[in-house]
Amino acid sequence: MTRRRVVITGIEVIAPGGIGKEKFWNLLSEGRTATRGITFFDPTPFRSRVAAEIDFDPYAHGLTAQEVRRLDRTAQFAVVASRGAVADSGIELGGIDPHRIGVTVGSAVGATMSLDEEYRAVSDGGRLDLVDHTYAVPHLYNHMVPSSFASEVAWAVGAEGPSTVVSTGCTSGLDSVGYAVELVREGSADVVIAGSSDAPISPITMACFDAIKATTPRHDDPQSASRPFDGTRNGFVLGEGTAFFVLEELESARMRGAHIYAEIAGYATRSNAYHMTGLRPDGLEMSEAIDTALGEARMNPETIDYINAHGSGTKQNDRHETAAFKRSLGDHAYRTPVSSIKSMVGHSLGAIGSIEIAASALAMEYDLVPPTANLTTSDPECDLDYVPVIAREQLVDAVLTVGSGFGGFQSAMVLASPERNLL
Amino acid sequence: MATKAFTLDDLKRILKEAAGVAEGVDLDGDILDTEFEVLGYESLALLEAGSLIERECGISLDEEAVNDAHTPRTFIDVVNMQLAPATAA
Amino acid sequence: MTASVVVTGLGVASPNGLGVKDYWSATLGGKNGIGRITRFDPSSYPARLAGEIPGFVAEDHLPSRILPQTDRVTRLALVATDWALKDAGADPAQMSEFDMGVITASAAGGFEFGQGELQSLWGRGSQYVSAYQSFAWFYAVNSGQISIRNGMKGPAGVVVSEGAGGLDAVAHARRQIRKGTSLIVTGAVDASICPWGWVAQLSTGKLSTSDEPARAYLPFDRDCRGYVPGEGGAILITEDADAARARGARSYGEIAGHGSTMDPRPGSGREPGLRKAIELALADAGADPGDIDVVFADGAGDPEPDRTEAEAITAVFGARAVPVTVPKTMTGRLYSGAAPLDLAAAFLAIRDGVIPPTVHVDPCPDHLLDLVLDQPRPAPVRSALVLARGSGGFNSAMVVRAAR
Repeated sequence: MTRRRVVITGIEVIAPGGIGKEKFWNLLSEGRTATRGITFFDPTPFRSRVAAEIDFDPYAHGLTAQEVRRLDRTAQFAVVASRGAVADSGIELGGIDPHRIGVTVGSAVGATMSLDEEYRAVSDGGRLDLVDHTYAVPHLYNHMVPSSFASEVAWAVGAEGPSTVVSTGCTSGLDSVGYAVELVREGSADVVIAGSSDAPISPITMACFDAIKATTPRHDDPQSASRPFDGTRNGFVLGEGTAFFVLEELESARMRGAHIYAEIAGYATRSNAYHMTGLRPDGLEMSEAIDTALGEARMNPETIDYINAHGSGTKQNDRHETAAFKRSLGDHAYRTPVSSIKSMVGHSLGAIGSIEIAASALAMEYDLVPPTANLTTSDPECDLDYVPVIAREQLVDAVLTVGSGFGGFQSAMVLASPERNLL
Repeated sequence: MATKAFTLDDLKRILKEAAGVAEGVDLDGDILDTEFEVLGYESLALLEAGSLIERECGISLDEEAVNDAHTPRTFIDVVNMQLAPATAA
Repeated sequence: MTASVVVTGLGVASPNGLGVKDYWSATLGGKNGIGRITRFDPSSYPARLAGEIPGFVAEDHLPSRILPQTDRVTRLALVATDWALKDAGADPAQMSEFDMGVITASAAGGFEFGQGELQSLWGRGSQYVSAYQSFAWFYAVNSGQISIRNGMKGPAGVVVSEGAGGLDAVAHARRQIRKGTSLIVTGAVDASICPWGWVAQLSTGKLSTSDEPARAYLPFDRDCRGYVPGEGGAILITEDADAARARGARSYGEIAGHGSTMDPRPGSGREPGLRKAIELALADAGADPGDIDVVFADGAGDPEPDRTEAEAITAVFGARAVPVTVPKTMTGRLYSGAAPLDLAAAFLAIRDGVIPPTVHVDPCPDHLLDLVLDQPRPAPVRSALVLARGSGGFNSAMVVRAAR
């Protein structure tokens, strides 16, 4: 029995530094950074005051006045990017049974910005224990329960198949796409509009990451604040954004002559069952996810050309995943370029996994490995080839991309050319 | 507040509030030099405890010093180090 | 041949009963868990009734170390998991850690914890926000904490599809077991009966404003007037049937089929997706409508969605052709926790040969349903269909059946 295989035929990205996948790729390939001092609110009271913000005008991207009022910024990103991915794929969704079209949306913290703002209003600035419902916006419930994002995307593209939000913290962006792949493989859908979105840059998010000192306190030079794998790294830079994909079954994509970016060849997620925020340095569980994803892809570790790392820029993460890469790839880990695009676009929590899948697929498209910006000081515990500062031209036929997040979740995905030799 | 030194009893009270007590651990035993890890407190518990102390005492703890404090004795020293200048001022 | 996936353990936290035994006897006895809100003073709000879980003292069940960092929803989920594992006779410490996973649904995460920290932030200042806020409120918290407490390193997952999420999570658990994991803890618990959660729920305009616990939530009744929210849900231990048999576990029955759809865009004029979800679930189970012995309905409690559901059931099964019940008339709607609780009830119905009742309802004759009213109905139950819908157009249907 041949297994149904799943390929990416459409991509759209909204990330710090520019709207659209072209601007996104330009930023990465030029190694520019999009981190800056926070402008969305006054960051003075906070320990960390930098973020990777997007200059996003929803009206310029086709949203109606009612959509702008109804949708949290996270959902606005998702609707715009899902439409963009469909346009990029050239697929005529109208010609497909809508029950065969699914939607998965990853998001770690849902409509946090709206919840923060609305709470402030209904509580009169935190004064009221019994918050006042007469000050609530009519769509507050859609902000509380982020499955509304999946409804909005489904309605935007005309999907009536299996639809859900996947919310596994900072691995949501990988897990949403992984979930979609399983829907297509098992035959529950033929096409899935899959991706993830988060817009968490709000006071409550900054405050909670301040409290665990996870975000960088470096304000002097915001553009170089995100320093994955660098010896001077001291925390991540919060970001926002979205990436969406059109995922199709391989044979039907070929039949319609679609452009195929990559096959999603393998995926797995594991838990460290250790700590909600902490990581053991050995990388065991991430390595288990990587091994399982490679097995599912029927590929040897030696076939991986590029590792798109989680690379958040916290002390413990970068050490943890370096150990995981060595555990799974052995000596090949030392020969494989590894980079973190969070050095340029920050860490957009549940969105970044999908944005990193997009970066991985585009690396295959253009045979170019994006760099790790701001990497100038070596760290003996991070001794792999992290492609410092400057992008590298090389053949990229297979990429491993990973994520790690609160809750202890560790995810790994393998993208490869569908023409590769299978084990 | 800042005129009084921070004691083991203060720390125990705050640890209980911030993170509870691990099963099989007796905070009333001789714990001054017992590693926090043995007492069942990991970095998150200590961060929460640290921020309760900062709010209660109106001080700001040195992050690296807190990071390096692996026992109640060293942790208490870090707090008192910050309390001293606050008193002087 | 795809592996059969069975349920070997149940853990229940319901407004009308804590633990499987209490819940089931309360449900067969028609005990109502709906009452005036006690967890805060509801008098200033237009809706004042909820299905609260009385008598849950987290300190009696969980170590003090876990309490400062958990919302009520997580405490309930952790305890329900403990009970479910015990019920399954499964000791995680004796099993391979990568061979056990956790996949739950959530609708609102730890919303009450979030309210406390938002209040700290805006009322007192950012330095008053807890270190635990970074995860205690988020939607993935239950899966994370369950995996940590029980040392489960296998596949993890969290789905949010409002009220339909509980079935989607169980379906995803089945998917992972079929890919090779022996045991997955699944199901869902939701709990957001706090002022901030209440205000968010009020914004839907769908909450019942009645003050009479027996008249407030009346699905399929001519006098239906919205729904009463509740807290709680159920955790299920799902296992590969062969693995369960090998360790000598008792099985409640099989997760036989699942289907899910999204309603068309509002105003499109196209048929809602519930009927299609039912057909998909039946096909997935290899079952005919005639094989189904009872339908656990979603029971929205509003005229339009009630009509839609009755029509979908009638379209598939025929008029009054299958017993239909809504035991959530005794608990209120538990969001993602509701459908796993109905799954638990369905397995208990299979075990005991009795269909739990729908209470308080005087059915509207327009709905051509055979509602099981007021008293439990003895009947052999081999297969049951559980329906769940989520605000925003989510439809999910699951077929469960007695172990072969």
